[in-house]
Amino acid sequence: MRSVALKMLLGDSAKYLALVFGVAFATLLMSQQVSIFIGLMTRTANQVLDIREADIWVMDTRVRYVDEVEPMPDAALGRVRSVEGVEWAAPLYKGLAIFRTQDGLINQVSLVGIDDETLVGAPREWLAGDLEALRRPGGIVFDKEGASLIWPDADPLTKVGTEAEINDRRVVVTGIADASPPFITFPIAYVRYSEAMALTPPQRNKLSFVLVRAKDGQDAKALAERISAQTGLQALTWDSFAWRSVQYYLTRTGIPVNFGITVMLGFVVGAAVTAQTFYLFVIENLRQFGALKAIGATNGQITGMVLLQAAVVGLMGYGLGMGGAALFFTLVRGGAALEDFYLPWQVLVGTGVVVFLIILISVLGSLTKVFRVDPAIVFRG
Amino acid sequence: MSAVIAREIDMAFGSNGLKTQVLFDVDLEVASGELTMLVGPSGCGKTTLLSILSGTLKPTGGEVEVMGNVITRMKDSEKVILRRRRIGFIFQQYNLLPALTAAENAAMALVADGMPLKVAAEKARVVLETLGMGPHADKLPRQLSGGQQQRVAIARAIVHEPDLVVCDEPTAALDAETGRQVMELLKDAAGGPGRAVLVVTHDNRIYRYADRIVAMEDGRIVGDSRLGTLPEGLHAH
Repeated sequence: MRSVALKMLLGDSAKYLALVFGVAFATLLMSQQVSIFIGLMTRTANQVLDIREADIWVMDTRVRYVDEVEPMPDAALGRVRSVEGVEWAAPLYKGLAIFRTQDGLINQVSLVGIDDETLVGAPREWLAGDLEALRRPGGIVFDKEGASLIWPDADPLTKVGTEAEINDRRVVVTGIADASPPFITFPIAYVRYSEAMALTPPQRNKLSFVLVRAKDGQDAKALAERISAQTGLQALTWDSFAWRSVQYYLTRTGIPVNFGITVMLGFVVGAAVTAQTFYLFVIENLRQFGALKAIGATNGQITGMVLLQAAVVGLMGYGLGMGGAALFFTLVRGGAALEDFYLPWQVLVGTGVVVFLIILISVLGSLTKVFRVDPAIVFRG
Repeated sequence: MSAVIAREIDMAFGSNGLKTQVLFDVDLEVASGELTMLVGPSGCGKTTLLSILSGTLKPTGGEVEVMGNVITRMKDSEKVILRRRRIGFIFQQYNLLPALTAAENAAMALVADGMPLKVAAEKARVVLETLGMGPHADKLPRQLSGGQQQRVAIARAIVHEPDLVVCDEPTAALDAETGRQVMELLKDAAGGPGRAVLVVTHDNRIYRYADRIVAMEDGRIVGDSRLGTLPEGLHAH
């Protein structure tokens, strides 16, 4: 009866395509929107995730996420270093600055000042130059996407050696690195901490974060609690700080609601199209199912036929939808707007479960009709 | 030998307040090796009786025996197996599956019994040959005329060599000539020693093919005659 079920399904090509389209549409919309949402939320924590050397981030107690900076006095660095269990502690500056090129272009940039000695927090992947680029006097390194924003019509790699100004002080582009894009799309400008101090306007406190590495065998969480207790500062392990940044955007912005609405729409439209078309498909075949029952097909056999038809529609639709989503992310991979966005495996699994539910809803509605169909229906003209 | 024995069959539709009685204490025996026609005006209950005798409808009263099996006492699952193996069906609207070829449609009873579609279709092809449908075995129902579709339906009804073939208005949708051809095929192919054929019709053009004619009116059997003689009040075309 499996062959019969498949022939019945594929024989009505218009309905078959409508069914597959419904599932594919729902799959594409849900997986693509959820993946973009996850990508965006990950961006809110990218600057924390990129600095893999640090186990703990220390900051002012009022800081709620990575883009919110409340400067601390320089003495905070020494106080953190004095806590038992700290292997090393390095300063990190984070703030906004005005970058002005010689031809008058102005861009606001996210200035990141990293420790002069250890260069903890420097980019890991270099497209032009290397770590030494940061050690040169006035040296500034941009992330590739940021450089593309400043010089949209030029290859960013050709901009190494370009002289410019930050806050009216001379700098020279000495390298281009590949960094994970941040949520706020300002170019990231890496400089040494001392350089950042010189480039930014004078103020009493400038230290944004202290990055800490725990000694071998030290529990990072326990050490963070100890740092908090001894210094009165806020110390968080890198993962809890990253998650806190994500949570801030989740709870304080309308982004989740907007994406949630789109995902829900994908589900509702996909479920409605699929369930209705599948229901109509079964209803239109009800007489045929009745004839099969009269001839001697059991309810179990007909249920198997309907389930097989639903499974084929579900798998085809899911495959096409996921293929579409994968193609989308492949095509946008090179662009700055959706750089680093991808289809996480969890989205594949989650969307699969939702598609299964859509198919289940469709099948349940139709199967009750099939079960109730009286084989004697075929004797009524 | 009787293929079907029905005793005191009652049938009513609807619930208590709006109950409509359509069959009243019907007694009927259908002999093997004969073509029995159940005739009468529309709404007299002949199709309801056919549904009950073929085990697709449960009567509200009475007992039905098919090939020695009391189907009114059987479970639904047992009736399904009996229908699948021992009864062939021919419907007024043919009820062929539009996506299957003539051979595949004709093979449905075998497929329902577990035979792979390909093997069953080959077997059905042989039956279609005997019905003059060999050249059309690979065509879809929409590529066939009404008469050809009904021949496929006849092949589907006899492919599994059942003991009883039930036909509901087999010529109602056909012109006179095609109806005549279908009835001749039905008489030759479906009929035979040991097989009973029960035809419900109100088409008086085909009465002459019957070995026996049972007339019904208002849910009761009102006449029964054999071999070319019609029950009182009926006229052949």
